[in-house]
Amino acid sequence: MTVAQTLAVVVTAIEQVTPLIKHFTLAAADGGTLPAFSGGSHIIVVMQGSLRTHRNPYSLLSSPQRLDTYEIGVRRMEESRGGSHFMHDHLKVGSRLEIAHPVNLFGLEKIARKHLLIAGGIGITPFLAQLEDLEGATAPYELHYAVRSPEHAAFLDRLRNRAGERLHLYCDTENQSIDFDGLLSAQPLGTHVYVCGPAGLINRVVDTARRFGWPDSHVHSEKFSAPPVGDAFDVFLARTQISVHVPPDNSLMESIEAAGVEVPYLCRGGVCGFCQTRVIELEGELVHNDHFLSDAEKSGGKRIMPCVSRARCTRLVLDL
Amino acid sequence: MSAVFKPDETFRDDFSFRNSPAAIRRFPLPFTEDQYMYSVNIEPHLPGPKGSCTEFAFDVDEHYVAECRERELVLAQDPLRFQALPHMMSSQWDCLELIMESFARDYPEHFSLEKHGNRWHWINRPLDLDQHFVFGDAGTLPRQPLDYIGRQAQGDFVIMDQRAGDLWLEAGMVTAQADWSLDFDMGMTFREWHGPVPLAHEMTVFDRALKYLLNLRLGQPVRRLNWTMTVHPRLDTSPESYPQWGPDRTTITAQNAGDRVHLRVELQGLWRLPRSNAIVFGIRCYLISLRELASVPKWGRRMHRVLKGLHPALAEYKGLLRYRDAVVEWLAPYDDGAPTSPGASPD
Repeated sequence: MTVAQTLAVVVTAIEQVTPLIKHFTLAAADGGTLPAFSGGSHIIVVMQGSLRTHRNPYSLLSSPQRLDTYEIGVRRMEESRGGSHFMHDHLKVGSRLEIAHPVNLFGLEKIARKHLLIAGGIGITPFLAQLEDLEGATAPYELHYAVRSPEHAAFLDRLRNRAGERLHLYCDTENQSIDFDGLLSAQPLGTHVYVCGPAGLINRVVDTARRFGWPDSHVHSEKFSAPPVGDAFDVFLARTQISVHVPPDNSLMESIEAAGVEVPYLCRGGVCGFCQTRVIELEGELVHNDHFLSDAEKSGGKRIMPCVSRARCTRLVLDL
Repeated sequence: MSAVFKPDETFRDDFSFRNSPAAIRRFPLPFTEDQYMYSVNIEPHLPGPKGSCTEFAFDVDEHYVAECRERELVLAQDPLRFQALPHMMSSQWDCLELIMESFARDYPEHFSLEKHGNRWHWINRPLDLDQHFVFGDAGTLPRQPLDYIGRQAQGDFVIMDQRAGDLWLEAGMVTAQADWSLDFDMGMTFREWHGPVPLAHEMTVFDRALKYLLNLRLGQPVRRLNWTMTVHPRLDTSPESYPQWGPDRTTITAQNAGDRVHLRVELQGLWRLPRSNAIVFGIRCYLISLRELASVPKWGRRMHRVLKGLHPALAEYKGLLRYRDAVVEWLAPYDDGAPTSPGASPD
């Protein structure tokens, strides 16, 4: 589903909480209440940069009980396409942004007997909101938080305040590290483990859990699924006889619509099949992101779902 | 639109339920062409035209008071029509909030909701209810949240928890169902409870629908229409009450079909719930007798053609085999062979 609907927000506070992480507080531009959410949710922040529009996902770290503001933590990424730099360098108190409604792809399992939370660095953010959801819950939890050094341990006061002894902090500079084998070999049945952080940490937890026989359904890691982006390409619409440019961060359907041509659609998420379009000519390859076409149809290259799919091509002609 | 309620109509015994001419005109006919087959016919649940069944998130129509009374009767006889597993409490509150906020916003003449932090005040004028409670504290309501609000809304509600890449049916208020059982389906996954549906599995309808629903977004509800037929305007056609309604199917003739046989359309809405990340599935049932339906010439023609050409497996699954021929015969005089215009709305 494309992000059709956005909310206008205003930055109300910015705090540098570690050398690399800034903490932003956002309020609805109209002063109203923001949509309710569950711990683990992220929002897509839409930033109008000078050269392109950035759409980056950030976990909400504020309490789901408080809907007057949303809070996010943004780490300055060295190998960034520009989103985190924009957040760090261009935002001021009073700056306006567009955000999409919260989406939770990293929710706490309501039937878990125990929650084992493992964070690395900026990966702590979804757990900050989840700790609020866990307050008063019957299932116990532990939070294991690995950071480079004490000065990189963002939100430590808030975590200590909430989690108390359930917080276990590990600093690389102190030669402290998580004992993954010990931790994952000695949990009660019904425990769910959640990991968020660098790919190395996620892989380590997932591999160790598998080695000790954890069912996949009890192992959760945060992986953002931003709207599919890709290379820019051009498409020629045979019926309307116009050429349309598709930039990297716009979908094929959005670009065709922006050119004033209507594409029939229902779901805009690549499942209903309604926007299926015939490919008349193709020099290059289609990048199918839909769940509708069969593998054979996808490799056949004669059909495309413009709502989510794109192309890497020098020429594409569609029956539109 | 503010409908005039018909509080005394019944969905059992003397079956005094009728549609007013206005209710007939706004009936959500599911047939956009003269034939029918399954599809993933899901679309965004955006506001429809003024006065239509989809103008608002939840439709409150002329049958509101009578349907709420019918629901109370069913629940009194069979309390298991409401069930919720313990971990579904936050989703029950989400659902209560969604319905109360929608009703109060869309029908201010009938409902009001005042919030002071977690202290809420709900007024339902048609049912004469006035309730102060603390949102999130089930002890301050006379019943569990879904049980409380479900009795004040038309249509059935099922709440699905999302985990392990699947949807699990784990709470519901279901009294107006087309021959499926909440009690039997509790705890099942999406594919499990759709197991009995013919043809659709081979068409991978459910695989696609599940993928779509797992990605359902907050603030972007979707809807679809489904349909079957029911003898008499009976809302409670559950497996549990089969002895009461099953034999009615044997009574249909080409002479009485127009008044006894009803097209039963479900306006199904799906909303992501904010705090629980669950999904609520609303199943709103609309009934119309074939005589009422055929009062719209386009619909009489179309209904005749759809039923005549219906795939046998679908006719069997929908329970129509015993009386389809009689219904087709009753409808035949309304089909003069003229073409029908595209789309479902009356000409």
